[in-house]
Amino acid sequence: MKSLRIGAGAGYSGDRIEPAVELADKGELDYLVFECLAERTIALAQQARLADPEAGFDPLLSERMRRVLPFVARGREAGQRRLRVISNMGAANPLSAAREVRRIAAELGLAGLVVAAVTGDDVLAQLAPEQLLDNGATVGSLGERLISANAYLGAEGIVAALKADADVVITGRVADPSLFLAPQLFEFGWAQDDWTRLGRGTLIGHLLECAGQITGGYFADPGVKDVPDLARLGFPLAEVDAEGRAVISKVAGSGGRIDTATCTEQMIYEVHDPEAYLTPDVTADFSAVSFSVIAANQVRADGAGGRARPQTLKVSVGYLDGWIGEGQISYGGPGALARAQLARDVVLERLKLTGVVCDEVRADLMGVDSLHGAELGSRPSGEPWEVRLRVAGRCADKAQAVRIGNEVETLYTNGPYGGGGATKGVRQVVAVASLLLPRDAVTPQVHLEDAS
Amino acid sequence: MSSVKLRELAHSRTGDKGDTSNISVIAFRAEDFPRLVEQLTVERVAAHFAQLLNPNAGAVRRYELPNVQALNFVLPGILKGGVTRSLALDAHGKALGAALLDIEIDS
Repeated sequence: MKSLRIGAGAGYSGDRIEPAVELADKGELDYLVFECLAERTIALAQQARLADPEAGFDPLLSERMRRVLPFVARGREAGQRRLRVISNMGAANPLSAAREVRRIAAELGLAGLVVAAVTGDDVLAQLAPEQLLDNGATVGSLGERLISANAYLGAEGIVAALKADADVVITGRVADPSLFLAPQLFEFGWAQDDWTRLGRGTLIGHLLECAGQITGGYFADPGVKDVPDLARLGFPLAEVDAEGRAVISKVAGSGGRIDTATCTEQMIYEVHDPEAYLTPDVTADFSAVSFSVIAANQVRADGAGGRARPQTLKVSVGYLDGWIGEGQISYGGPGALARAQLARDVVLERLKLTGVVCDEVRADLMGVDSLHGAELGSRPSGEPWEVRLRVAGRCADKAQAVRIGNEVETLYTNGPYGGGGATKGVRQVVAVASLLLPRDAVTPQVHLEDAS
Repeated sequence: MSSVKLRELAHSRTGDKGDTSNISVIAFRAEDFPRLVEQLTVERVAAHFAQLLNPNAGAVRRYELPNVQALNFVLPGILKGGVTRSLALDAHGKALGAALLDIEIDS
């Protein structure tokens, strides 16, 4: 194979679907990859699975599959380019997710699609109570609050599923770039210790994994960085050769822009030391990467490298961490800021007077200091016409958390003049911490079953 | 000496991992990169975000990526427990980069 075309169909769980359909239809892709797991998504999905053993996979899995499986089936016809799909939409339940994909294939009358699930990331049963988390607590100290523990798997399990001729590969926790590295490893037959090529393939994965974030999404700043046709933003694809050299582009006619600026923003996104971007597959080195525009919306990426992979795997541990209660209310017109400040003081004093037990409370004035604090947020000129007070507190007990929003709401009849639009809410906190496991403690497994 | 806002010279994106935020600063023009390297020091950035940083977390770090005329700042502890348990409105710290672009750079 001379080159491989890999597209990104989602950058997070709730992402748009029609740009993925556009890529499946018009991208002349070999692989379409949906990256849908944020840090705590699996912990939330695990809670859903505890309530229903068949649940715990991505809520948009069914709709996404209904929309793209017809193109996978089209790719199996004679003379057509074969399209396969890889996704971590299995979340806390890849086996059930794979069954759902088969059900949808059957519903659409698409016979013969091979759907594989990759498991092995769930290491909850393997953790020892004395193991230390990065937040300083031990696993044992979480007790019954512990929900989930998932190791970041590398490309290995997906490669095995592709070797078994899977058309659709559904995983749980897999490192985001590994979802994209896997088809390169499989198609080009790179050795597992070919660190340079693995580093290059990981760069491509990292550039693609947030989908629209490299095609002009999360980039526009009117008058400074303009992006054409943002409402019809196209998702990216990479054309990769056997050396791991790649050109990033998108479907002609879609919205957005790809140039060295969008590529550079995405390359550094969520990276700490650019010489050591750790994945389960390789320690990738992005420090000498350069980008060059070869045509409109086509950028070549060069210069990634790699060194030996880490001997440990990162494990995300999800646990219940109390409740967050929140209330908001707005003040407008002359004196709005002073009245919002008075309202803030009143709520904080009321929480003390009435003995609400919280681990932490925070009260911000939205439009003034809620994003960057009072110092950075302060501006000498002009008073805002409207200000919204937001009070949030984290409490061990739900009933205590509820009282925070209630105190804000009571400002209606008890607080400063003219408060409006009060809202309140309470939610359970599913927090995430991490630890490291030796890599040989974790083994990916592939589960195959024919849909026909 | 005249000065301009960093926003006129560079663009930025903020990422989060756990409790730590990383902020890229990417020069629009290669000729401006050296003065960003010179003036946008770790000390300057740490002072800019002083009110938001946790003194008990690690120090602010800076990495240089000259091939793409970019700096990468890593700010441990600024996310107050991370996106999953922070009480902040912007728990990801997505808006932090925009605040950094307010810094003045001498010409």
